Amino acid sequence: MIVSDRNSTRRKRLDTLFGVLGLVATCVGMITLGALILQLVMDGGVRLTATFFTSFPSRFPKQAGILSAWVGTCLIMFVTALAAVPMGVAAGVYLEEYAPKNWLTGLIEINIANLAGVPSIVYGLMALGLFVYQLKLGQSILSAGLTLGLLILPIVIVATRESIRAVPAGMREAALALGATKWQTTRDHVLPYSMGGILTGIIIALSRAIGETAPLITIGALTFIAFLPDVPLKTEFPFISFDWLMSPFTVMPIQMFNWVSRPQQEFHLNAAATGLVLIVMTLAMNGIAIYFRFRFRKRIKW
Amino acid sequence: MNLQETADVIERDTPKMRIDRAMHASPQTQNLSPIFQVENVDFYYGEKHALKNINVDIAEKKATAFIGPSGCGKTTLLRCLNRMNDLVLGTRVTGSIKLDGKNIYDPSTDIIQLRRHVGMIFQKWNPFPKSIYENVVYGLRIVGVNKRHVLDDVVEKSLRRAALWDEVKDNLHKSAADLSGGQQQRLCIARALAVEPEVLLMDEPCSALDPISTAKIEELIHELKDTFTIVIVTHNMQQAARVSDYTAFFYLGELVEFGETGTLFTAPEKRQTEDYITGRFG
Repeated sequence: MIVSDRNSTRRKRLDTLFGVLGLVATCVGMITLGALILQLVMDGGVRLTATFFTSFPSRFPKQAGILSAWVGTCLIMFVTALAAVPMGVAAGVYLEEYAPKNWLTGLIEINIANLAGVPSIVYGLMALGLFVYQLKLGQSILSAGLTLGLLILPIVIVATRESIRAVPAGMREAALALGATKWQTTRDHVLPYSMGGILTGIIIALSRAIGETAPLITIGALTFIAFLPDVPLKTEFPFISFDWLMSPFTVMPIQMFNWVSRPQQEFHLNAAATGLVLIVMTLAMNGIAIYFRFRFRKRIKW
Repeated sequence: MNLQETADVIERDTPKMRIDRAMHASPQTQNLSPIFQVENVDFYYGEKHALKNINVDIAEKKATAFIGPSGCGKTTLLRCLNRMNDLVLGTRVTGSIKLDGKNIYDPSTDIIQLRRHVGMIFQKWNPFPKSIYENVVYGLRIVGVNKRHVLDDVVEKSLRRAALWDEVKDNLHKSAADLSGGQQQRLCIARALAVEPEVLLMDEPCSALDPISTAKIEELIHELKDTFTIVIVTHNMQQAARVSDYTAFFYLGELVEFGETGTLFTAPEKRQTEDYITGRFG
């Protein structure tokens, strides 16, 4: 006959207790996030109209919009991705597939891991000295993109290394045993099979960069811009222009910061609306990351 | 199992093999042309001395089996033959391994070319997560062969040689991952054969397969050794007896005995060999 004694009762009670504690901890996180979004919707929801996206900032809160901010954010993200993705993926592949394992690569690995934890404002200071003054790129979209690119470089490298490490050694051996070079093995097998993880890492990194404010203020982002950067496509030869790279910029978090710091209540509503747009953009990027992970996992069966 | 029983098993299981006791007097392969000459090879994993002064000739267009208990160095030697061990960090080789008279450990050796001459089948089948067709032609694509009719011919020829054609000919563009384990291993064999190697190294190719799939692959080895030189590492002594012409017994990094398979299994010269093949250890 099965009888529960005091010991087993006590152990089962502890089990239940932990379950409850875990549930409470989970709820605190979820409720906070929910409350935050709800607050933003209630405050800023009314301002989310089409004109909000097509208007420049203004002295009059009702007429002010985020046109220059979201265009700036998109352009800077483009430059950031262009700078960080090829370099980060190449560095990750090199460290994982090519680099000899010695004290030097060990040191580089530790440094990359540490770089991911360096406060972003420090990157801003470095970029101010290097890009803005030394390389004379000015307080431009190019400087901003490169700064954020450096900021997320370690994240891209680490994500790349982790996902290519997950490719079974048997795949590399199979290709090499057929007489493939290391580059062919990497290009034809290692990279395609780890693409889901790499893309996920890139998007997570970009969604971190999209919310960064401090380093961009450090390199001299403007808080009030009533014009758009130069259009990249031209009607006459050579039909393409890179002047927009040198344009001054603002981004959404800076626009938000600017509005929050004003005394008028009306501007605070604008800030809430901008925050909502920023959150939706970040969630959308994470959604894309989840989709990629799902797509690639499904396509590759070992 | 005593010696007589072992001999009986071999007799029963290897109808194609002639156990010729007259050959006992000359167990070496000198009279046959060796394709590989392994001379004074020592191998180290860091401090660990994994192979100790190995000397062995591998006969052309014959099947040679490496047997021995786990950790005896048989796989290590196999992976030296196409320099797959180069991928393992902290390893060192001394001595020479000659393929057609040329030392493959010479600094001037083109390892990429070596591996096209010496193909390899792995213990765990490893088809690429691509279509059956793309698996077979990969070895050609990497050298720039992309002509459709050439690739089509190679796919059919290789899959026929690997005894897989009839099972997959209608599904060539389906994923290799949908095949059974035994089919995947035969696909790996087809993939290796597509580049027309001289030698096929097989590292315990059946150790994770069921008996029916194993029998198919053993049958295949019998057919392939007319065209290719085969070196097979196996844990399974009956398998070594069934498929190989020559057998090398390794123990603790040393080559204990090497000779004709029939002789080695029925009249081993060394006590350790006899103990191992009769199942007293290992």
